[in-house]
Amino acid sequence: MVSSILPLRIHAAEVKRRGTRLIGPIDLTLGGTGITIVLGPNGSGKTTLLRLMHGLERPAHGGLDWSIPEEEARGSRSFVFQTPTMMRRSVTDCIAYALRVAGTKRAEARARAREVATHVGLRHALDRSAQVLSGGEKQKLALARALIRDPEVLFLDEPCANLDGRATREIETILTDARSRGTRIVMSTHDLGQAARLADEIVFMLNGCVRELNGAETFFEKPATPEAHAFLNGQIVE
Amino acid sequence: MPFRPSARMVSRANVFDAKHKETPLPMNEILEGLVEAAKLIAAFDPELVEITLRSLQVTITAVVIAAAIGLPLGAWLAVMRFRSRRLVIALLNALMGLPPVVVGLIVYVLLSRSGPFGVLGLLFTPTAMIIAQVIIVTPLIASIAHQAIRDLWSEYHDLLISLNTTKRQRVATLLWDARRALLTACLAGFGRGIGEVGAIMIVGGNIDNATRVLTTAIALETGKGNFALALGLGFVLIALAIAVNLLMHSLSRTERSGTW
Repeated sequence: MVSSILPLRIHAAEVKRRGTRLIGPIDLTLGGTGITIVLGPNGSGKTTLLRLMHGLERPAHGGLDWSIPEEEARGSRSFVFQTPTMMRRSVTDCIAYALRVAGTKRAEARARAREVATHVGLRHALDRSAQVLSGGEKQKLALARALIRDPEVLFLDEPCANLDGRATREIETILTDARSRGTRIVMSTHDLGQAARLADEIVFMLNGCVRELNGAETFFEKPATPEAHAFLNGQIVE
Repeated sequence: MPFRPSARMVSRANVFDAKHKETPLPMNEILEGLVEAAKLIAAFDPELVEITLRSLQVTITAVVIAAAIGLPLGAWLAVMRFRSRRLVIALLNALMGLPPVVVGLIVYVLLSRSGPFGVLGLLFTPTAMIIAQVIIVTPLIASIAHQAIRDLWSEYHDLLISLNTTKRQRVATLLWDARRALLTACLAGFGRGIGEVGAIMIVGGNIDNATRVLTTAIALETGKGNFALALGLGFVLIALAIAVNLLMHSLSRTERSGTW
């Protein structure tokens, strides 16, 4: 039986770059199911928090613990970047790559990649170069590449930041589908409407710190902090 | 006031004219060289075929060995972080300008009878020429490969780390995805090798039917004053370099499909 990597416990974690604090100290526990949306203005530390959780940033102080050792937990989580990296390969090979590096044989990985690509709406582009896809298609490819490993936790850094309404809706459909299949999703966004549509839980960040952690309904109806209140009202918070 | 050359200038011009009265115009020599090249190719001259094939054999073998060393080295330098990395990269870049004559001399000393590898009896053989060319070409291929892969690595870094890839997988991925740029690195290496004369002249000896290649043949004919033949061989060499480049691009399907 495969044991769950959740809950994730972050305790007094700080990320610094060249001596400057980017985020922290942060205390946060991520467990359960559903979608957690990380909200906050530009520079509040949303991306750094996601990168810290995924292991792309190392804490200068404090730490974070998955329920199983980090080495084992790595294979059970995926990350989708705001600007997806398109490898110089076909769409199928780009998606299959995530399985190939995990040890799956080429034919099997490609067959599974075609299935997942079809699921996210890239069936028409299976043999095309990933480099020539549109912005929405690139983000779908990145999602397919992240989902093909059946991650328990999926991190997304503003996946719809540069997409139009239709592409955003398609991405959201893929995400809600993944949630219904049990994937725990942690996603940052600027879009309050998207947060309201998707979130089960909200993490509100400001100046590198978590200012509020609440259920989505409570956050949108009765934010606990004046900063969150101001942010929801469209005011500039610093 | 009209320009009037001084007596000294007139005297110098007369000396120049006297010196070059007997020699044909340079343009004629180039034309004669082109005609000679056409004749050599049309006649399928056996000697030309032999030295051309030897040129190709030596350089292609050297480039294949240099690529096997230089491409992984370039990728490794792009991915790895260690204390003296910058020094190694600077050294590699500096070695791109390695004087072939010095390389030839060093290889000569190493392979000569009294040298440490003299017992192998490789001096004045195509193998010695390949060794010299590998030393000349490897830094060039490694350096170009490093620059191409470094750019790709900065693009792929977060993705490959997030997918929990091993260092070996990262190097393999970067080598595969940068294959077009690496082909250019190999072609640059081929260009340097096929046109090289200093080192292979020293370690090969330009022996007829044994180690003579196009460049050493050109040097020999020039020394004998057979400019037309030398130029003819030169045009064959240029045509060969172009043909190999076109063939490689054709086989690798560059500039055909969309962006890969």
